[in-house]
Amino acid sequence: MTETTEIGYDRNIEGDVIVTRVDAALNWFRKNSIWPMPMGLACCAIELMATGASRYDISRFGMEVMRFSPRQSDCMVVAGTVTYKMALAVKRIYDQMAEPKYVIAMGACASTGGMYRSYSVLQGVDNIIPVDVYVAGCPPRPEALLDALIKLQNKVQREPLLADLKKPGPALAQV
Amino acid sequence: MNATDLANKLREKFGELVSTPTEFRGEISVNVANAERIVEVCDFAKKELCFDFLVDVSSVDNYGADPRWTVVYEIYGIAHGQYLRLKTNVSEEKSEMPTVTGVWRTADWHEREIYDMMGVRFRGHPDLRRIIMWEGYPYFPLRKDFPLGGKPTDLPDIAFTKTAPIEGGPFVTTPGGRDAIEREPRVRTPEN
Repeated sequence: MTETTEIGYDRNIEGDVIVTRVDAALNWFRKNSIWPMPMGLACCAIELMATGASRYDISRFGMEVMRFSPRQSDCMVVAGTVTYKMALAVKRIYDQMAEPKYVIAMGACASTGGMYRSYSVLQGVDNIIPVDVYVAGCPPRPEALLDALIKLQNKVQREPLLADLKKPGPALAQV
Repeated sequence: MNATDLANKLREKFGELVSTPTEFRGEISVNVANAERIVEVCDFAKKELCFDFLVDVSSVDNYGADPRWTVVYEIYGIAHGQYLRLKTNVSEEKSEMPTVTGVWRTADWHEREIYDMMGVRFRGHPDLRRIIMWEGYPYFPLRKDFPLGGKPTDLPDIAFTKTAPIEGGPFVTTPGGRDAIEREPRVRTPEN
């Protein structure tokens, strides 16, 4: 976390007024309430559950609201081996998520197919949906997933949100 | 009564259809010469010899040999605690044999798996669909002539497959090697 000085606020000098950019303020709201959707497909989902449990405590980063409905979530955590049989279901669920949406490919299998150089396993979920953060590991430790979430927060913080709102998003462009 | 005695009882009943039992590491196997008669052998084994538990049904691809398929039944009796293995051969041209779901209902999914992976059909099966791959997948991936990385297919709105990059592999482990270099997974061709 290096970019923490966007709001330099001293109550004694500035009173009850904060000066910032709208982009920065909106992104600050958004990045601290990312609602993840667990796309648990294999053993990585166990580490995902550990990340959500009390010991590693994902709620320190405002991401504890795991939603099992794609309509209500911002970030799909693809945790596990994506088989070809499951691939189009994953894509379909991703398509149902509302914009803006993000994807974390958790673990070797979701990122590249991992050790499964096989007729049945999709060689990386980025073949079907765009991925924002890749997490290495087999399975990654909860710290690694938390690091990926923080990286995703940094990415959200940098987004030119207002400029993007005026453009048609990917969902509109397909019509 | 041990497994060899039970296998000999099968032989008494069916004569030349059932081979003499062979032992390997304490496990008893018999061959059933005609796959079409597997049901009556299994029925006798269950009803008269108390083999009431079908542990597994598996299949072997004897690629290049004839008959190509071997279907293997592992059976067990809970009362007497003995295992027995029944093997029977099916030719590639036929690739079909009767189902034993009428004897052990658990054979249902085992036979579906063999149909899915190896392409042997079971006549009289109540629900012979693919169990692991999706309906419409055109290949049988456990056959020896199917490449490890798969073949490209496309079934719109259901599933697609692509060929996986093998990068010089497949990588083969050799258990029992002298050192780690011999044992670990490496590219191994028959020459080296």
